[in-house]
Amino acid sequence: MLAFILRRVLQSVIVMLTVALVAFSLFRFVGDPIVSMLGQEATLAERAALRDALGLNDPFVVQFFSFVTRAISGDFGISYRLQQPVMELILSRLPATLELALVSGIAAFIFGVGFGVYTALRRGGWLSSSIMTVSLIGVSLPTFLIGVLLIWVFAVELQWLPSFGRGEVVDLDGWWRTGFLTESGRMSLILPAITLGLYQMTLIMRLVRAEMLEVLRADYIKFARARGLSNRAVNFGHALKNTLVPVITITGLQLGSIIAFSIITETVFQWPGVGALFINSVRFVDVPVMAAYLMLIALVFVVINLIVDLLYYLVDPRLRLDRSAAGH
Amino acid sequence: MSAPIEKPSEKTPLLSVRDLIVEFPTRRGTLRALDRVSFDIAEGEVLGMVGESGAGKSLTGAAIIGLLEPPGRIAGGEIWLRGQRIDNLPREKMRRIRGRRIGMVFQDPLTSLNPLYTVAQQLIETIRTHMDVSDAEARKRAVALLDRVGIPAAARRIDDYPHHFSGGMRQRVVIALALCAEPELVLADEPTTALDVSVQAQIIDVLKEICAERGASVMLITHDMGVIAETADRVAVLYAGRVAEIGPVRDVIQAAEHPYTAGLMGSIPTLTQTAARLTQIPGSMPRLNAIPRGCAFNPRCPKVFDRCRTDRPELIDRDNGRHVSCWLYDSATQKVAHD
Repeated sequence: MLAFILRRVLQSVIVMLTVALVAFSLFRFVGDPIVSMLGQEATLAERAALRDALGLNDPFVVQFFSFVTRAISGDFGISYRLQQPVMELILSRLPATLELALVSGIAAFIFGVGFGVYTALRRGGWLSSSIMTVSLIGVSLPTFLIGVLLIWVFAVELQWLPSFGRGEVVDLDGWWRTGFLTESGRMSLILPAITLGLYQMTLIMRLVRAEMLEVLRADYIKFARARGLSNRAVNFGHALKNTLVPVITITGLQLGSIIAFSIITETVFQWPGVGALFINSVRFVDVPVMAAYLMLIALVFVVINLIVDLLYYLVDPRLRLDRSAAGH
Repeated sequence: MSAPIEKPSEKTPLLSVRDLIVEFPTRRGTLRALDRVSFDIAEGEVLGMVGESGAGKSLTGAAIIGLLEPPGRIAGGEIWLRGQRIDNLPREKMRRIRGRRIGMVFQDPLTSLNPLYTVAQQLIETIRTHMDVSDAEARKRAVALLDRVGIPAAARRIDDYPHHFSGGMRQRVVIALALCAEPELVLADEPTTALDVSVQAQIIDVLKEICAERGASVMLITHDMGVIAETADRVAVLYAGRVAEIGPVRDVIQAAEHPYTAGLMGSIPTLTQTAARLTQIPGSMPRLNAIPRGCAFNPRCPKVFDRCRTDRPELIDRDNGRHVSCWLYDSATQKVAHD
């Protein structure tokens, strides 16, 4: 168990170093930071002085090493555009993105598994067919279009829900501002969460359905039925648990992409999260923010992957190799 | 139409299958996979069921326990369990019979057990589904049963997962699961086919012993005549979804009456006889959509005559505990032969 975790952590470190290298090369290849910082009118001498002060004349390896060590301590430098520490900027916007991602991820999982199980058990029923048809639309419509459509129906026409922003937020502990505690915060969350989670939900649903149909054909399900176990015990006790093993992996990885690809949803709904920050940084070639965002997303993926592997380990006893197979 | 198998004086058999028809509706017409199959299993008896792949052996088992896979369905006939008709029971009532009164052992022990639950969890769940006992008591029963089927250190091994056991041990667990609610009838569908030859005999012995102990009847589905000869009291030979012959094992093996059974027996190698070649039956079993008129075996039968090609023979009671569906044994035919 410990060896397993250590191996996975080592792999994660290698992945993070690779991503750091890519993020670091952004500084070298996406424009000249000196020009970005001093503007067009600075003299050559001023530029040379700053270049020296920032250590940009040091060898590549030395610069990369100092980038990594500072990144580990959370120092990604100062944003070119906003003149604030990058970490501070990201941390102040992270709660918005995390809350959105969490709500849409959980909703996608619950509804995805629910609909998936239903359509697998009631294959051929009219409701199953309708759900499958609607899910096809969910998969094929682009996210921004869904967002715009939802805004048009629920914000413009029906005027039930706000069309942009987070609503009122409550400050917790100084840096985490939550929208969960106010009426307007919760209302504002609904449309973006649906927009962000719809694709994931249909994906999970189709995956659960396919896996469940596969599992229901398995011999151990037939044997469970032949032992007279109730439908509920067979479908939910035996079939669903086996279905969830692969589903957990995909769902975990999807949670990473929900955070990573919240950019579009955040832009459509003007959600003050990390994704919106990133889009604005790209527009202004704000390299430190871009690099930090890249590292953050990579970290999220790596951590989620690690958790998924551990969950797998918990759900599937065959992976627990702590006991040797006996009885031969 | 129906062939009277049991003599009226005999007591009712444990299982009685009468004119069972199983059909599969397909886009290109309905396929009849079992066609008027009739047989009985007496209390405590082991009935072997043999036939080629596709003859309908496993389907018969699935029909009895009510687990035909859709679109397959029982299109006719009756199944009686100790005087109670069970082929038309509501789903929930039939569920209560499965496991409790009819147990089933499947072919492949590697895939019959749920890999995510311990043996204890699967046994206790099954016991508590059918019997009103506490968790602790169910566990005690489960350990005793595992011990009985020959799992060493059962009290410790019961909390292992299926993948901790070898194939033979898993099949013992499967037998324990099938028997844990003490069914009166056990359907064993090729219980040894997927196992090592070295453990096949052990598994058959365990199954036979436990069923004998509990007075449970067994329907043993296999295409291994050796297993049938060792284990069964009577044997039913199936061909193309029809019963060709039923009789006491020794009689059928030593003096098969149906030409198909005779061919089947001739194809088994023996050490005592030094035949240059094993006999083989020419041709192959017809597909379900091309079963010939008259007797299904007539195109391959060495003793075929005109009547076989037009009329289907019913099971004929040979008055010696044997039944055979062949026109050779019809009184009319025999009279002609004697004349």
